Amino acid sequence: MNRDEFDIVIVGGGGAGLRTAIAAAEKAKAEGRQQRIALISKIYPMRSHTVAAEGGAAAVTDEGDSYQAHFDDTVSGGDWLCDQGVVDYFVHNTYRELAQLERWGCPWSRRPDGSIQVRRFGGMKTARTWFAADKSGFHMLHTLFQTSMQYPEIERLDEYYVTDLAVENQQVHGLIALCVATGEMHVIGAKAVILATGGAGRLFRFNTNAGTVTGDGMAMAYRHGVALRDMEFVQYHPTGLPGSGVLITEASRGEGGILLNKDGYRYLQDYGLGPETPLGEPKNKYMELGPRDKLSQAFWQEQQAGRTGKLGDSDVVYLDLRHLGKDYILERLPFICELAKAFVNVDPIKEPIPIRPAVHYTMGGIETNGQCETSIQGLYAAGECASVGLHGANRLGSNSLSELLVFGRLAGESASDLASERSAPSKAVLEQQAQQQLDLIHQLKQGDGSENWVALRKEMVKAMESGCGIYREEAGMQAALNTIRALRQRYKNVKLEDSSESYNTDLLQCLEVGCSLDIAEASCLAALERRESRGAHQRLDEGLQKRDDVNFLKHSQVFYQGDANATITWQDVDVRFSAPAERVYGDAAKGAHS
Amino acid sequence: MSQTKSIRVQRYLPEQEPEPFWQNYEVPFDESTSILDALNYIKDELDNTLSYRWSCRMAICGSCGVMVNGIPKLGCKTFLREYGTRVDISALAHFPVERDLVVDMDIFMEHLEAVKPYIIDKSKGRPTGESDTYRQTPAQMARYHQFSNCINCGLCYAACPQFGLNNQFLGPAAITLAQRYNLDNRDKGKRERMAALSEHDGVWSCTFVGFCSTVCPKHVDPAAAVNQGKIEAAKYTLINLLNG
Ligand SMILES: Cc1cc2nc3c(=O)[nH]c(=O)nc-3n(C[C@H](O)[C@H](O)[C@H](O)COP(=O)(O)OP(=O)(O)OC[C@H]3O[C@@H](n4cnc5c(N)ncnc54)[C@H](O)[C@@H]3O)c2cc1C
Ligand code: SF4
Ligand code: FES
Repeated sequence: MNRDEFDIVIVGGGGAGLRTAIAAAEKAKAEGRQQRIALISKIYPMRSHTVAAEGGAAAVTDEGDSYQAHFDDTVSGGDWLCDQGVVDYFVHNTYRELAQLERWGCPWSRRPDGSIQVRRFGGMKTARTWFAADKSGFHMLHTLFQTSMQYPEIERLDEYYVTDLAVENQQVHGLIALCVATGEMHVIGAKAVILATGGAGRLFRFNTNAGTVTGDGMAMAYRHGVALRDMEFVQYHPTGLPGSGVLITEASRGEGGILLNKDGYRYLQDYGLGPETPLGEPKNKYMELGPRDKLSQAFWQEQQAGRTGKLGDSDVVYLDLRHLGKDYILERLPFICELAKAFVNVDPIKEPIPIRPAVHYTMGGIETNGQCETSIQGLYAAGECASVGLHGANRLGSNSLSELLVFGRLAGESASDLASERSAPSKAVLEQQAQQQLDLIHQLKQGDGSENWVALRKEMVKAMESGCGIYREEAGMQAALNTIRALRQRYKNVKLEDSSESYNTDLLQCLEVGCSLDIAEASCLAALERRESRGAHQRLDEGLQKRDDVNFLKHSQVFYQGDANATITWQDVDVRFSAPAERVYGDAAKGAHS
Repeated sequence: MSQTKSIRVQRYLPEQEPEPFWQNYEVPFDESTSILDALNYIKDELDNTLSYRWSCRMAICGSCGVMVNGIPKLGCKTFLREYGTRVDISALAHFPVERDLVVDMDIFMEHLEAVKPYIIDKSKGRPTGESDTYRQTPAQMARYHQFSNCINCGLCYAACPQFGLNNQFLGPAAITLAQRYNLDNRDKGKRERMAALSEHDGVWSCTFVGFCSTVCPKHVDPAAAVNQGKIEAAKYTLINLLNG
């Protein structure tokens, strides 16, 4: 076993983790503190799934836009389940973060005069999304990663898999990590730990997420008693490629792409998003620029009515870009062309792209307050793994990349402050936790179990897809919950085929499935107990098809209970600025709030 | 998926066997099955012990580089439909193999860091306020933009004979990254970067084979960057000579 101690340890090298690390380093420097900072990631930082974000990052930018407008779009987009103090902080701080990234070299797309160009995005009242062609996340991540190399105080542990936190009496003391290359256990003490481990899209079979997006950090915090909040809200992105689930960015609609059913009809006008906007004149909050939950739901309705087409065994609708013309498409959406050609053999300049909804984003996560602090002292969370209260029941596209920066910075600065005051971590707590992890891994490798994680994962993703889809029903959710609970029991009996030390991906994937199963239970339980329809959580059950503010203007909080069933409680939402109103788009929104 | 293809994977399990060996697997496929899909099928259905890297499966994270029939390829963007009866998959050439298809990328990461890949600007006029930005016209951006599209997959290193002979050579991606910043109008750090580029193991090691650009899955054209780097390095060396 290898032992080390840092002041601040960040788990995750995606956008959130890197921004946190740089902020902590700068804060330490500004305050004249000598602090050791570790950045731990199970894959090289520039491989993190932030790299796949295509569309862009939102901030109030142009004259005529306002903080109030971004606030209103976010809060109504989240169906009033956002914590409004948090949203207010967010909208006021996004611009400075995107500007900072510009000064660090991010190649944001520009206007002819050299100023920042913004594009339209779904559910946003006006164009306010900064973008770098259709590789915004890629350029943001590489800019952050390369910039981080200037800070010698950031020590990277690349390809280290964190298996558990060391916690006692609601105090964090550090964590336990496995060096993937050697298989050696590392016991890492820390005064502050920030989880920036990303979402959990891989709970579902059909998704736009990388194979590594398995919710590990959520499971770690949850197992130590932190609530997972709002886990029932899972965003389906309306435009994934059939088969693979690879994402076709919303920016393709922001730039003017239209959605057609198999009859070539722009069906969105039948779902409260009309009237039809003229070709080549996309209009914010109308038609194709409605919010994701509404668009995915409209797909489901069309599918039920038999108006979808087929590609292989997938039901599909069509995203048509042809009227934008070759030059514009190649300038604004080059990656989309590359992906459509490779994965469905379609050239978007000549043919509409077949698409279907796919699981995309985890709105819920590790509960934190507006300062990114969890209920465990010294433990923070930021980015997609966290539930800071920004997204409510439905995240608006392009708010997430901005979130990584705004809250990553906040978490990093606070962690530096806290670490300068906290006493050294307890070695006893760390050793005890490490021993537990060693025993667990020994059991997986040498025990006499008979289950294989591949089978468990297959059953999990199938159960989640059928029980917690775009529309949900009591019986389906209950069945999914039962299945997940049974799978959790079976997981205790898992055995690996591979007992080697170096690059044992059999072990890593098995540990990931364990994490996914725990949080899948939280997701199913919260879905079942939220007896209303709101944002991404839509029920078909009689009497539950509408939002119910009397009983459910509340965050769900699920608590881990070890082998026993998880439990749920409810928490008030901060609605200090804007009282819940009806959520409307298209012409119906004229004169309405927002 | 009624058809199947026979795939050979070069295994290396140093904890069990001292030497690498080839293993055959029978994999079902259709028009859309990628090399990565095939590896995932093998891992899930046939052999849990196979190890390889992957993450995004959409040709952007740069994890999944392997040799397919001896040519460096991105596993997720290369499809079984492109091959006949022979499909041999092995670890990226020129890097030490850790296990199976996993190579040691440390030297690659060191080369990237060596070129100071970040904006260096200590000029008086630089934007410093919290909300300030530089101006950069589309034409200014076009000068470096292609070079900023590198996904760090390492295929060009597996294609580079010089790196194969001497892994101290900075290599195509690191030189491209240096040029990406050198050509950015926001950057004033070229002189600092040129030291690494002008050294013996910098641009001069390249004998211009150009295979790096052929295999690059992102059309970054690292060979062009290396060539530009040579011209810059020549200028730098000359100026240093003149300044004595
Ligand atoms: C295809 C796609 C397109 C998107 N496009 C947009 C967009 O245009 N605009 C927008 O705002 N949002 C977009 N999103 C959402 C946004 O990209 C993500 O929410 C965001 O990038 C998540 O960043 P993160 O830093 O929280 O996590 P990630 O980037 O996923 O990073 C997670 C990190 O945690 C590490 N990690 C995880 N578990 C462990 C462990 N056990 N041990 C050690 N390390 C661990 C990983 O190695 C990784 O470094 C998109 C999402 C997808 C999937
Ligand atoms: S230049 Fe091309 S081949 Fe080389 S690492 Fe970058 S993307 Fe890969
Ligand atoms: S898996 Fe990311 S590039 Fe292939």
